[in-house]
Amino acid sequence: MEIVQIEKLQQLLNSFANKDVYIHLETTNGAYASHFNEKVFNAGAFIRNVKLQYELGKVTADVPHRVGLKMAHGWVYAQGITHYEIDEQNRLLMAGHDYDGKLAVALEISETPFTY
Amino acid sequence: MALQPERHVLVVFPHPDDEAFGVSGTISTYVNQGTPVTYACLTLGEMGRNLGNPPFATRETLPLVRKKELIASCEAMGVTDLRMMGLRDKTVEFEDDEKMVQMMTDLIDELNPSLIITFYPNYAVHPDHEATARAVVRAVRRMPVEQRPKLHAVAFANNTGEGLGEPDIVNNIRDVREQKLGSMRAHISQTAWMLEENEKRLEAGEPEAENWLTYERFFSYRWHEDFEEQF
Ligand SMILES: [Zn+2]
Repeated sequence: MEIVQIEKLQQLLNSFANKDVYIHLETTNGAYASHFNEKVFNAGAFIRNVKLQYELGKVTADVPHRVGLKMAHGWVYAQGITHYEIDEQNRLLMAGHDYDGKLAVALEISETPFTY
Repeated sequence: MALQPERHVLVVFPHPDDEAFGVSGTISTYVNQGTPVTYACLTLGEMGRNLGNPPFATRETLPLVRKKELIASCEAMGVTDLRMMGLRDKTVEFEDDEKMVQMMTDLIDELNPSLIITFYPNYAVHPDHEATARAVVRAVRRMPVEQRPKLHAVAFANNTGEGLGEPDIVNNIRDVREQKLGSMRAHISQTAWMLEENEKRLEAGEPEAENWLTYERFFSYRWHEDFEEQF
């Protein structure tokens, strides 16, 4: 993966607009967060292979970045995005890695379903 | 240290690397003694968070990385019967509970183990660990008492001492520490930081750093204090 370059990522977001796409979205602070620190309130969310269309996708300038997808009747967004790539299956993978190298957020867009 | 002979040992964990830190020495010891060992690993750790910064893998390539690591760990321990059960990391508790019990029953029926190693229900921290432990205990509970395999369980919740006291099974695995280190190193995407920490502590002469290369600890499952009345 590469550090986000806004213009390039924006172009890629545009290229998936108004198409049926499959989404992977997750945020996490890890299953062990409140094991290591009992004061941590552990929350996260995960969806995978939800099919949707968005009409407008946007990446913001702030680092780490926010990425939002506006749909006909709703929204998808992720914050904390640091890296992106188009993989060999032409899927747009975006992720936010924290200062310890741990994944904190992922947003992925693909025209074909992701694996299980 | 030689361990009490077993007919067949079945190890059931949800994540590649669950075996590495606390069990790989025991597994290696059984393998070296000529005991058949089967390792059933339920997921490929698809949701692991250690991806590095800069990242060395993506959410989509991580399962392939961890599959290779799991196979390498089995090679280090000498395990030849590895079963990858095809579930997804962090979803085990949401699977149908009866289906999970059946998965364990099928393994037990096929392999006829005299010992099963898994996690201890309510003391295993990660939801996948808990779901795995529940399924194993339920499958064994359904068997006639005299036919049940022994159940040695790993517990590491913060309240383990209060709830379970001291582990009754302590295996000295000093003789196979190279195999254990081999398993730990095989899972390098997950264990790099831990191995690094340990190097420092070894150099500082902290006895704790030697401990996990010397002993592995388990609790015999306490049927008289079963984690649930029935299923
Ligand atoms: Zn685990």
